[in-house]
Amino acid sequence: MDRYHRHIILSEIGQIGQDKLNRSKVLVVGAGGLGCPILQYLTAAGVGTIGIMDFDVVDVSNLQRQVLYGTSSLGMNKAEAAKQRLSDLNPTIEIHVYTEGLLPTNAFSVFSKYDIIVDGTDNFGSRYLINDAAVLTDKPVVYGAIYKFEGQIAVFNYQNGPTYRCLFPNPPKDDQVPNCAEVGVLGVLPGIIGSMQANEVLKIILGFNSVCSGKMLCYSAQSGETTFIELPRSETDIKKIKSNPDILSNTNYDIDCSLNNDEISFEALSDLDNIQFLDVRELQERPIIEMDNCIQIPLAQLTEESHRIDSTKKTIVFCQSGIRSLKAIEILKALKITNCKSLKHGVLEFKDQLKNTF
Amino acid sequence: MELTIKYFGMISELTSCEEEKILFEQTTISELLKDLFKKYPDLKNKDFRIAQDRKLVSLDSLISGQELALLPPFAGG
Repeated sequence: MDRYHRHIILSEIGQIGQDKLNRSKVLVVGAGGLGCPILQYLTAAGVGTIGIMDFDVVDVSNLQRQVLYGTSSLGMNKAEAAKQRLSDLNPTIEIHVYTEGLLPTNAFSVFSKYDIIVDGTDNFGSRYLINDAAVLTDKPVVYGAIYKFEGQIAVFNYQNGPTYRCLFPNPPKDDQVPNCAEVGVLGVLPGIIGSMQANEVLKIILGFNSVCSGKMLCYSAQSGETTFIELPRSETDIKKIKSNPDILSNTNYDIDCSLNNDEISFEALSDLDNIQFLDVRELQERPIIEMDNCIQIPLAQLTEESHRIDSTKKTIVFCQSGIRSLKAIEILKALKITNCKSLKHGVLEFKDQLKNTF
Repeated sequence: MELTIKYFGMISELTSCEEEKILFEQTTISELLKDLFKKYPDLKNKDFRIAQDRKLVSLDSLISGQELALLPPFAGG
C-alpha cells in the first residue's frame, strides 16, 4: 500500500492504525470553509467511508477559502462538487453525498450510519441540531467554529465528556452573531481550524488518548496564541436532551438568519459577482428600481415566466419588505432554480443604495 | 485585587482590547460583571460564557483566580 506508506511507517499508526482508518465512517456536515480541509485530509488519510452533507451551491465568493472548488464548480452543489474532487484524490474510499443538507428529519437516520460526526456548519441552528442528534444517537462530534481571525475546536460527546450544550446551553438570544457571509473571514483560518478538526478525527479513530475532549482550544490567527479552556460536563444540559427523544421534531432549529440560508443582507451583496436581480413585486409598485441586471416577474406569474431567469447567474430576489421574495425562493426551488437568495428587509430599506451600487 | 480579563471574538471588538487588567473588590463573577456592564453597556446584550483560570465557571462562582476570559459562541464555518 504505497498510498499510505507515510502513515504505516509511523510506529504510532502502522498497518493496524491504517486499517482502523480504512474501516471508519465519518460524516462531515457542511462542505464550506471548514468542511473543505476536513474532507481533503480525511480522504487523503484513507478514512474508508465519508459522508458529505451540504445543500448549498458553490459561489465565486467561496473560492477565497473553500479550497476543494474551482471556477468550474461554480453553481454546483457543494457535496457533489466535493465528491468529484475527492474521488480523484482517493478513488479507493466510499463517498456518500446528502445534497438536501442536515435537517431535523434526516439527522437520526444519517448519523446512525457513521462513527464520528464533524461539525463544519456555519450557523447556530445546525450546530444545536448536530449536538442534539449526536447526543441521542451517541456519536462523538468534532466541533470547529470561526469568527474573523479566531477559531474554536473541541470534541464533544466523547467518552462521557461534555457536549456543545454544556458550553453554550442555548442559542444566542437573537441574530447577534453573524456568519462568514456577513462579516468576512481570513481565508486561511478555516484551513487551520478545519485541519485541526481532521486531526481530532484521526486521533479518535486511532485511539490516541490526547483527544481534545473536556476542553476547548481557542486559536487566534493574529497573535498565533492558543488557549485551552477546561469544559466540565453538565448533566442537567445533557439530561434535557436525553429525556426528550422527540426533541428534533419539536424544536425550532431555524433560529438565526444564517440558518435561513435563503436570505442575504444588503451588505453581503457587494461581495458577489455575476448576479441578476429579480423584482417579484406587482408592476405598478413603487419605487421603480431601474438597473440593467434586473428583471421583473410578479410573484403570481413566477412559475410560468421562470424561463426568463438566467440560471447561470446568482439571482437576488426582492420585494418591498422581504416577505414575498422568500415565497418566491420556495417557488424557484421547486422549479430546481436553487442559486437564488431573498434580499433581507426588501427594497424599501435599500432603494437608494441599490441604484448607486449596482 | 488585580485581575486580568481576556476578551474573545466579537466581545473584544466591543471592548476594543483583547485583554485588560482591572482592580476589583467584588466577590462573585456576577457582581464583577455589573461593573463591566457599566463600562461596556453593549456587553449586556451579548451571549458569552466565563472561564476562570481557563476553566468554565458559573456566574455565581467566587473570584479566586488571576484571570477571567469572556468566551462568545462562534457560528462561522
